[in-house]
Amino acid sequence: MLRDQTAIVGIGQTAFGKGLPDSELSLACQAISAAIDDAGLEPAAVDGLAMFSMEDGREVEVARNVGLGDVTFFSQIGYGGGAGCGTVGHAAMAVATGQCEVAVAWRARKRAAKASRPWAQVSSRISGHWQWSRPFGVLRPVDEIAMLTRRYMHEFGATREHLANVALAFRKHANRNPAATMHDKPLSREQYLDARWISEPLCLFDNCLETDGALAVVITSAARAADLRNPPVYVHAFAQSIPQQHQVMTNYFCDDPLLGPSHACAARLWAQAEVTPRDVPVAQIYDAFSPLIPLSLEGYGFCARGEGAAFTDDGALEWPDGRLPTNTSGGGMSEAYVHGFNLVLEGVRQMRGTSSSQVDGAEVCLVTSGEGVPTSALLLRR
Amino acid sequence: MTSTGFLLPDLEDPESAPFWEGCARGELLVQVCTSCGARRMPPRPMCPRCRSVDHRWEATSGRATIWSFVVPHPPLLPAYQELAPYNAIVVALDDDSAIRFVGNLVASPDGAINEIDPASIEIGDPVQVVFQQVEDVTLPRWVRA
Ligand SMILES: [Zn+2]
Repeated sequence: MLRDQTAIVGIGQTAFGKGLPDSELSLACQAISAAIDDAGLEPAAVDGLAMFSMEDGREVEVARNVGLGDVTFFSQIGYGGGAGCGTVGHAAMAVATGQCEVAVAWRARKRAAKASRPWAQVSSRISGHWQWSRPFGVLRPVDEIAMLTRRYMHEFGATREHLANVALAFRKHANRNPAATMHDKPLSREQYLDARWISEPLCLFDNCLETDGALAVVITSAARAADLRNPPVYVHAFAQSIPQQHQVMTNYFCDDPLLGPSHACAARLWAQAEVTPRDVPVAQIYDAFSPLIPLSLEGYGFCARGEGAAFTDDGALEWPDGRLPTNTSGGGMSEAYVHGFNLVLEGVRQMRGTSSSQVDGAEVCLVTSGEGVPTSALLLRR
Repeated sequence: MTSTGFLLPDLEDPESAPFWEGCARGELLVQVCTSCGARRMPPRPMCPRCRSVDHRWEATSGRATIWSFVVPHPPLLPAYQELAPYNAIVVALDDDSAIRFVGNLVASPDGAINEIDPASIEIGDPVQVVFQQVEDVTLPRWVRA
């Protein structure tokens, strides 16, 4: 079992922005370089790489730029936002099994780049599974998730007020985080309810930001971590999932479309762990869209099916007094949207005790990747 | 042929071509496993129930109920943005509620996808398939039953 055999010992990130001049490769190298420095290691010590298959900078180029040593493990994970925790988990497994000794995992993204927005590319004809949705104007990720959201509202009584709970909680956390894109921009419930539609029933503030930036982590063995400068943040448990009969984003064609990938991922994750959802005092939950939060709260077992929306009431997601302060750096909706990789770094900060919205005494943090796509999750422990 | 700017299926995709050919004939087809009889849509090469690769296509009644719907607003691709806000729906077939299709609710067989007042659409509304030609493709759309 992977449990606590490896630890995250370094984190690094670039500034977040729109239209940054640097290439994705350059941003990746800057974040990786910062993470290696944070760990107190030399680039030559890095011999493992795990990245998103959507990454623009290839492993070879990263290694040639950052000046890595001989790399003996490299892997890629697909499905965009579902991959973040997966890259960390693969790196941890590679370290734990001796395939490498020091691994980095990262995500660099230029959201403004057309290549990162496949729905915006006018291609003449569509084959594969998108031909069953895009011709009818279900074009963007927001349209795809809005379809599931409407059904979720219908089946379980979720409302826009619940989704506002999510957006407002994350914005409050961003207002406390100087690195967050929305640091200086408060959001009121009235602003949320009056916002323009993007795809009904989802409005502007149900959507994540569009961000250029990069983030990286360094992973090594628990034994080696003990000698490094930062307090180790252990990879306590890791899981991935492609649930039965799942379809990417347009998961409309199976028996129970609202039973998302988080359910199968959670079953494996908790089976690997010494803790249960009751023991988890803080979470970083993938939030490309606000309705993914109630769905994930249900999937990861913080409440029963259908109760995720009501769970968000009474400030449950808000630091410091909520039952489960969530996305304490602002998340994808208010800090930065870098395919959820900023959630991994915020999980590490919570375990180091250095978050701008630090949950006192937190010893374990859940981090999840995209709901609605083949996904992954981590339990981090200090 | 002049492009309308809509995203349309590749009619030469062998996996799905029979479906689109059915639409052109005015039939809403589903893929059926010849070996075990399981229906499956969207189509795929192997039956997940019995692993047979043999299949046939069967016509359905074309009656369905609305399972969910969205109303997209800009920013969208230009051809769609011109029509926004429009509706897009997912329907479940009355013949087999596990078979669902994405489509649009229109007021008449040749109606546009932005003619129905979105506030009038409800999950559970009964609908009937109709067919509309866009370039060389025939798309299934839906009218109230
Ligand atoms: Zn079969």
